[in-house]
Amino acid sequence: MSVINSVTCPICGCLCDDIEVTVVNNEVVKIKNGCAVCEAKYMGYKSEHRIRQPLIRKEGKLVPVSMDEAIHKAGEILANANYPILYGWSSTNCEAQRVGVELAEEVGGVLDNTAVVCHGPSLMGTQEVGIPTSTLGQIRHRAEVIIYWGCDPWSAHPRHLERYTSFTEGRFEDSEWMAYINKVKAAAGKKKLASARRVETPKKAHDTVAESVVFNKPPEILQKEGRKLIVIDVRKSMSAEVADYFIQVQPNKDYELMQAMRALVRDEELDVDEVAGVPVEYLQEVVDVLVNCKFGIIFFGMGLTQSAGKFRNVEVAISLVRDLNMRTKFLIMPMRGHFNVTGANIVFAWQSGYAFGIDFSLGYPRYNPGETTSMDVLLRGESDAALVIASDPGATFPKRAIQSLVKHPLIVIDPHMNATAMLGDVVFPSAFVGIEAEGTAYRMDNVPLPLKKVVEPPKGILSDEEILKRILEEVRIIKSQKLNQKTEDA
Amino acid sequence: MQQKLHVTLLTGRTIEQGVGKEYGKSSPEYFAACSMVYMDAGDMKKLGVKNGTNVMVTTPNGSVVLRVVKYPRGATPGLIYIPYGPWANAVVSNATTSIGMPSFKGTPAEVEPAPDKPVLSMEELLRKEFGR
Amino acid sequence: MIEMLIKNGFVFDPLNGINGEKMDIAIRNGKIVESVNDHKAKKIDATGLTVMPGAVDIHTHIAGGEVNTGRMIRPEDHIKDVVRKTALTRSGTGYSIPSTFVTGYRYSKMGYTTVMNPSMAPLGAKHTHEELNDIPLVDKASYPLIGDWWFVLEYLQKGDLEGCARHVAWMMETTKGYAIKIVNPGGLESWGFGGNVHSIDDQVPNFGITPREIVCGLAKVNKMLNLPHSIHLHTNNLGIPGNYVTTLDTMKALESVATDGRPVCHITHLQFSSFAGDSWGNMRSAAEEISKYINNHNHMTFDMGQIIFTDTTTMTADGPFEYTLYQLSGHKWVNSDVETETSGGIIPMRYKRTSAVNATQWSIGLELALLVEDPWKMFMTTDHPNAGPFFKYPKIIAWLTSRKARMATLKKCHKKAQRKSLLPSIKRELSLYELAIVTRAGQAKALGLKEKGHLGVGADADVAIYNINPEKLDIALKYKTARRAFGNAAYTIKDGKVVVKDGEVVQHVDGKTIWLDVKTTEQIKVDEEMKRKFKQYWTVEYDNYPVFDHYVKVPEAITIKASV
Repeated sequence: MSVINSVTCPICGCLCDDIEVTVVNNEVVKIKNGCAVCEAKYMGYKSEHRIRQPLIRKEGKLVPVSMDEAIHKAGEILANANYPILYGWSSTNCEAQRVGVELAEEVGGVLDNTAVVCHGPSLMGTQEVGIPTSTLGQIRHRAEVIIYWGCDPWSAHPRHLERYTSFTEGRFEDSEWMAYINKVKAAAGKKKLASARRVETPKKAHDTVAESVVFNKPPEILQKEGRKLIVIDVRKSMSAEVADYFIQVQPNKDYELMQAMRALVRDEELDVDEVAGVPVEYLQEVVDVLVNCKFGIIFFGMGLTQSAGKFRNVEVAISLVRDLNMRTKFLIMPMRGHFNVTGANIVFAWQSGYAFGIDFSLGYPRYNPGETTSMDVLLRGESDAALVIASDPGATFPKRAIQSLVKHPLIVIDPHMNATAMLGDVVFPSAFVGIEAEGTAYRMDNVPLPLKKVVEPPKGILSDEEILKRILEEVRIIKSQKLNQKTEDA
Repeated sequence: MQQKLHVTLLTGRTIEQGVGKEYGKSSPEYFAACSMVYMDAGDMKKLGVKNGTNVMVTTPNGSVVLRVVKYPRGATPGLIYIPYGPWANAVVSNATTSIGMPSFKGTPAEVEPAPDKPVLSMEELLRKEFGR
Repeated sequence: MIEMLIKNGFVFDPLNGINGEKMDIAIRNGKIVESVNDHKAKKIDATGLTVMPGAVDIHTHIAGGEVNTGRMIRPEDHIKDVVRKTALTRSGTGYSIPSTFVTGYRYSKMGYTTVMNPSMAPLGAKHTHEELNDIPLVDKASYPLIGDWWFVLEYLQKGDLEGCARHVAWMMETTKGYAIKIVNPGGLESWGFGGNVHSIDDQVPNFGITPREIVCGLAKVNKMLNLPHSIHLHTNNLGIPGNYVTTLDTMKALESVATDGRPVCHITHLQFSSFAGDSWGNMRSAAEEISKYINNHNHMTFDMGQIIFTDTTTMTADGPFEYTLYQLSGHKWVNSDVETETSGGIIPMRYKRTSAVNATQWSIGLELALLVEDPWKMFMTTDHPNAGPFFKYPKIIAWLTSRKARMATLKKCHKKAQRKSLLPSIKRELSLYELAIVTRAGQAKALGLKEKGHLGVGADADVAIYNINPEKLDIALKYKTARRAFGNAAYTIKDGKVVVKDGEVVQHVDGKTIWLDVKTTEQIKVDEEMKRKFKQYWTVEYDNYPVFDHYVKVPEAITIKASV
């Protein structure tokens, strides 16, 4: 039995690197410090949905083949394609991503990662206005006001608050964990008291922790010393439950709300009583808290990038933070989803200049969202082959995009038989990065961290990096054979 | 009681969906987590559907049958929420507005009761949509 | 055994006192040797050509988190400068923030063989090294940012120089760094809450220490550790009219640090720290005051930070300064503070001849280079990309070696700047010998890189050969020809291999990453203390923080024995 410390969890952008993994006979038997999703991964990855060997679709069914046959078929598909898409990259390590760039360049394809359906708009927003940000430790040490806008860390980045924001202690700010626990106790206590007196509690959907948190005027608690947590969303998420104040904004109206706040930050008056469903007098109180705090941060997510306005929402959010910097110290950070989506953008950028949606078909990198982004290439039906790795567009892309994807040869590299693999023509099983393969990943705040190998992969299962290298080599052989054939024929 | 309700469709993460996907997209956990839709309690009453029964969600892009669950945290009239996954993608809008990102949040949709229609498994859904 | 003989070129090797002598250079197995077998060796006919050591760039932002964020937010910078894939080279993009492969190719085409990345946030050091690995054809190193590191501030505040030195040694080894980098000391920690320091005697909030104490303290620490380069300093009040006073104060404060004949500090991109006046309206050059001081003191070295009139990108660890630029320009602004360690900012910047301020800045860089008498003190850089992209260096070479060239440019500048400029009264033109000092020999010497910057026996076989015949070409007169020659090396030789011929890449080599393995006496105690404090200070685990060996593709570790 061995206990491995400081393991980096390979799931979400939190990239918690304090996981303790206990291994017995090459199997993970216990996880310490991880959240529910982390435990599910380490304990559940060895499910029956694991692909055991390479597969090729023959007569409509996926049948097992040798690695050599699969590599050759994949090489052929890519070498002969005019305009292939190489998509995914977010759940593998930087070492594999580097091979990906080389492969995309070699075959003259479109290289894109999952940011295109996630924070691509955020990257585009920063291309318009930049971004005042920092590493997560700065938040932990200094943040007094913490805002989660259009994101739900309690569901999607479960340890975010306890590692980086409200429920952790920094050099200059204390943790609010005890205050939260007391709130929960108080609410539980109230319930007990009520039932003891057999008072009729009105039939509500769910008893909230602090009743003043419902869409209501800013509570007294925003004037307190210490950290304050504000959640802004279209519906009361799990994160909103733990917030000191929850603002419910109308769907697709975040842009208006942020512009209104910018005006208030600049001491301008608004002619209306309400913006996006929020009374202006409450907004004014909130803005007062923001400009008078020592240090604030806005974390934002899909609520901004996927609703109407998309990258313009992000642009305005960043502009709001820029304006706040006239009055106090304020920063903003996107809540990156996959554990190495940031890494993919970073690797692509340093090798090509561009972070996503990169078209190599002319022999040099080109970037034009809407033209070279994989989603649009698929929707216009322009690609004639695809390689999907470390992602699951079969489960995350809209229907019409997937229909375009399956019209042409589809190569899939993944440990699990996920939705995309089920639709693939050539399927490669790979090792789980961060469990069976080591490498580097980048956290949501661009900090690089090492991923550990804690168990050996099953026999015959290669890492993403190795599979890609072999496919690249095969592509080069096939291409040079084609060239020799041409010169012979000439 | 209405036959159809006009709503705004949101899609996104839930912790169950996160846990489910780690067990594998064909797992029963993933199926339970993703083949469902959160609805506002008041809206459910208007439509006359009980918690745990099936409804059909339709958008200009397609339709899908899902198990309806009452949203546990407060009122969200006019909003429905489907966790990320193949069921959500059967109805989500493609429109990228030329920047590569489909409109995963905020598309108009219709909900109607579908007590006799089954919720398809992932394999059945993929076969129906893509023939594989 | 690979032997090469460069025959009959005009050799300029200032570290060995060779000034244009016609001689042969012999190379065996990647090193300069006394002689080789004339029959077996590969011969390069350098008749009529200028032969110099490979050029060295002491300060250029080419790798790491900040540089890469710059790339990501400026697609408009890349679209105008694309580089196609060839059988031998990878594709990529420029312009002011080139992708990594292009960076290596372009430096090599100018005859550069060693480049130093001057700003590395320790928390992101792995990233910097990953990018350095992808910069081909040149040797490289990186300087960790230590000037506002909490451990440094705390130890210096306590007056514990030895403790500070041991921690700095730990940091140097852990990040595989090469020198102590200090940026706006005290200002970056203040910027954590949105503040800044405005003089070297301001108190840094929450830490009870002043910039003067930080700079002098680290200069002493540098001596105790016997590091090959001095501390590398970006001064307080950079880019503010009137800041030359702060620069002079800083230089005077460092006089108190005992020197053993070697410089105790290198001030980088000095142009940005040499402004007189008190507003943008009356801002003028303080090159005269600054160069006067430099000419009378020997405890420091400097580099220019020369402006190029073009659209470029500023990026420094000086977060508050970058914010000031945002306030002035309204341009897109990136800020990137790093927990416990440092800060950073990025803003695109266009330098225009028609801007009186930009034109004055342009003049300041050249005035400094020409008024400082000793070329061993003042080196050529643009603080790439801050004052301009590195592949415009040939323009600066022309301005330094040809009065005609710089007057031609001055005439196109804003009239106000023309009136204020000292250039009309400066006749000096650098000779090829002096040019070799400011672009290679001097830089290598200041860096303490004993095998670089010269062509003596034992040096690395890094050679640059240019299409310049000193007997036939007057570079002061024919500066455009000289510019072309320095922009497209006839040959660039790296580790004894020809990598560039006639300005085109002909062979791939990886280049080494140089770093310091600093050995102190109490290594273990420092490790223990670090482990205890790690959870408090950083959001990553102690075990995951260092740059592990596998992060450096081709390492060259230099073992340093510290005096603590």
